[in-house]
Amino acid sequence: MEKVLMKGNEAVGAAAIRGGCRYFFGYPITPQNELPEYMSRELPKVGGVFLQAESEIAAINMVYGAAGSGARVMTSSSSPGIALKQEGISYIAGAELPCVIVNMMRGGPGLGGIQPGQSDYFQATRGGGNGDYRHIVYAPASVQETVDIMTEAFDVADQYRIPVLVLGDGMIGQMMEPVEFRDPPTRELPEKDWITDGTAGRRAPNIINSLYLAPQDLEDHNRRLDAKHRLITERETRWESFRCDDAEIVFVSYGTASRIVRNAVEMLREQGVRAGLIRPITLWPWPQAAFDALGPSVRALMAVEMSMGQMIDDVKISAAGRWPVGFYGRSGGMVPDQHAIAEAAVAMLETATQEVR
Amino acid sequence: MSEHKIICAGFGGQGVMSMGRLVAYTGMLNGREVSWLPSYGPEMRGGTANCHVIVSDHPVGSPIIHRDATAVIAMNLPSMRKFEAELVPGGLLVINRSLIDATPDRDDVTVVPVRANEIATEVGNARAANMVMLGAYLGITRLFPLSAVGEALGKVFGPKKAQFLPVNEEALARGAALAGQPVG
Amino acid sequence: MPMVFEKTRGLTDRETHYCPGCTHGIIHRLVAEVLEEMELLDATIGVAPVGCSVLAYDYFNCDMHEAAHGRAPAVATGIKRVHPDLTVFAYQGDGDLASIGTAEIVHAAHRGEKITVIFVNNAIYGMTGGQMAPTTLIGQKTTTSPYGREQSHAGNPIRISEMLATIDGATFIERTSVHNPQSVRKTKAAIREAFTVQQKGLGFSMVEVLSTCPTNWGMPPVEALEWLEANMIPYYPLGRFRSPGVDRTSAAEV
Ligand SMILES: Cc1ncc(C[n+]2csc(CCOP(=O)(O)OP(=O)(O)O)c2C)c(N)n1
Ligand code: SF4
Repeated sequence: MEKVLMKGNEAVGAAAIRGGCRYFFGYPITPQNELPEYMSRELPKVGGVFLQAESEIAAINMVYGAAGSGARVMTSSSSPGIALKQEGISYIAGAELPCVIVNMMRGGPGLGGIQPGQSDYFQATRGGGNGDYRHIVYAPASVQETVDIMTEAFDVADQYRIPVLVLGDGMIGQMMEPVEFRDPPTRELPEKDWITDGTAGRRAPNIINSLYLAPQDLEDHNRRLDAKHRLITERETRWESFRCDDAEIVFVSYGTASRIVRNAVEMLREQGVRAGLIRPITLWPWPQAAFDALGPSVRALMAVEMSMGQMIDDVKISAAGRWPVGFYGRSGGMVPDQHAIAEAAVAMLETATQEVR
Repeated sequence: MSEHKIICAGFGGQGVMSMGRLVAYTGMLNGREVSWLPSYGPEMRGGTANCHVIVSDHPVGSPIIHRDATAVIAMNLPSMRKFEAELVPGGLLVINRSLIDATPDRDDVTVVPVRANEIATEVGNARAANMVMLGAYLGITRLFPLSAVGEALGKVFGPKKAQFLPVNEEALARGAALAGQPVG
Repeated sequence: MPMVFEKTRGLTDRETHYCPGCTHGIIHRLVAEVLEEMELLDATIGVAPVGCSVLAYDYFNCDMHEAAHGRAPAVATGIKRVHPDLTVFAYQGDGDLASIGTAEIVHAAHRGEKITVIFVNNAIYGMTGGQMAPTTLIGQKTTTSPYGREQSHAGNPIRISEMLATIDGATFIERTSVHNPQSVRKTKAAIREAFTVQQKGLGFSMVEVLSTCPTNWGMPPVEALEWLEANMIPYYPLGRFRSPGVDRTSAAEV
């Protein structure tokens, strides 16, 4: 297929429709408005439904109802709106329903700002809602990768009956890049025999629910969920390792920030500093294996985020004391600068050397 | 290996966004790697608008241009003041002389003054000043032949706005002619 | 030279960020003038919404809180319960009040919360770039109703004043407009009345003001005022829906 130049937000909409999404429930918020606006134009053309909800809380519960009724359904928002959706996401995860949620992050906390940010990492990976639940979190770094992930996301959600969160930011949403729409690999999808579509007198009623009053029943449910989470971790973890083979310092960075880090890696290499990058593509499941694969050349890790340091917690867990973990971050909508990242890395390597001496 | 990092800036309504998009689009149609990143938010209400465009022979890393612009196309004074500092030494500063009466602070860049508004009016559409500016930029850098931009223009505008094509193409050519590029 | 017009002390000197011709500015001035004239400025706490008027906290010359989108009446409730002797007002748009914040406004009215709400109805979401609001008129094109609002899909535009007038705790409810000098004067009178109701401790008060959004309606300011008069007023009749001691009056020009 021919490449087209598309804005991230609109490309997400096009990819979702291609991935089979027919229902969209959302509420306006900057910097993701072009996505619902695209859906309001395009979904009716394919027999789908776009509905603007009265709030993000309503939108995610519309998703809950539609997902339980067997639809391919999504919602999208940006940070403060995603915060409001957390209750619904917990219910959807508890009831094991498939759906796709897009968060084009902006700076926080509170109303924060509208420029790109990455400060919803904890919310996305730890679960902002109550309970022992997880959901898949993809963190694409380009419009093309967003499109590829988005096209596949509905299959992944259906395969595991789990919410899938696509975590972008204002920059991914607003920028234009050439994209090519391609079909995702085929997955074997289970039959949706658990949905509510009317018994038609042919089967016992289906119930969509997350309530288990008997403690033993709830523990069993949590164990089932946990087994599913392990299976997903085994099969769906994704990351990219860039120039890590001989690296002395390895950056860890995702999404928008990772693009700038990639430039910093090139810059450092030109200066003779052997730098590399681990770029998690799934933030949950987290790519522990990428760290275990690092060779003896590595002397330090450095997390780079557009926040005051959230993902760094996972980097430290993965490092497990094997390497010192440094940090460089900007927040509030400020985007890190490759020169500053490179300087921080050089400074860190110097202290790491002194410590070894 | 070549990489062009261009900041287009001006008032909202001066067509800086579409100018940038046209560059990205032409790049894509000609097999280059490209990105286009707009400013967004309330500042755009009657205020300034800008976009960062990268056209490269290899995949674009960061779409943000920071202290490494190869060119700044400034449609008004605040834009020149704000973005001239982003240029690399030896970079290209194309300024709209119709609205910018001041001299840039930078003395290590090539300054190209263009009477874009007057030329656009002569061509028959005052709103084509952005195309005159782009023409001047292309005339100097020869990033693409004008014919390639004309082709992209047709695709960006679509059949509905086809009537504006000739004026825009002429505006591009007039801009390019300032730099001595042959029309066509 | 005698001073014939002086900027109200109720507004700060900050230049507002509103688009040229936007009527948010007029409504700010009216609220500020009333507070100044009633000598309440130093004993007032305002609550700013999330919407184009989010920066109202920089413009009103009194203590201000910023609230989450739609929650201003709840925030105002918290403030009023701590400072029952102070005047508390919330300034909200129609996305803020009539969409995401319906629970908060209904229950503030229902409790008869002694606060004043200035509700700016411009039939669209201004701040986020012109999406449909619950108050958007049938057939009106917005960025999320690109084919025009349809009743069968999105329901009819919601009439908040009429709805709140059914609630016992809502003591004063009036809908006004700012499309011409006469309606601006009436709006000011209504705002004064609303604050008076609060002063006397009579209960919840709200003034709904029909307003324009030239930018997202895609019209020059004057045309927007005409559009408001021709299209909004027939659907959103002006008048007092509720005043102290009088129940459920129907809309009538006041
Ligand atoms: C929880 C949450 N959802 C959405 C938004 C985005 N948002 C900001 S303002 C706004 C609507 C503004 O419209 P309105 O209340 O009608 O005020 P206007 O801008 O028209 O004055 C929205 C949806 C937000 N900030 N927070
Ligand atoms: S967008 Fe509309 S409501 Fe907001 S300031 Fe501009 S005209 Fe006023």
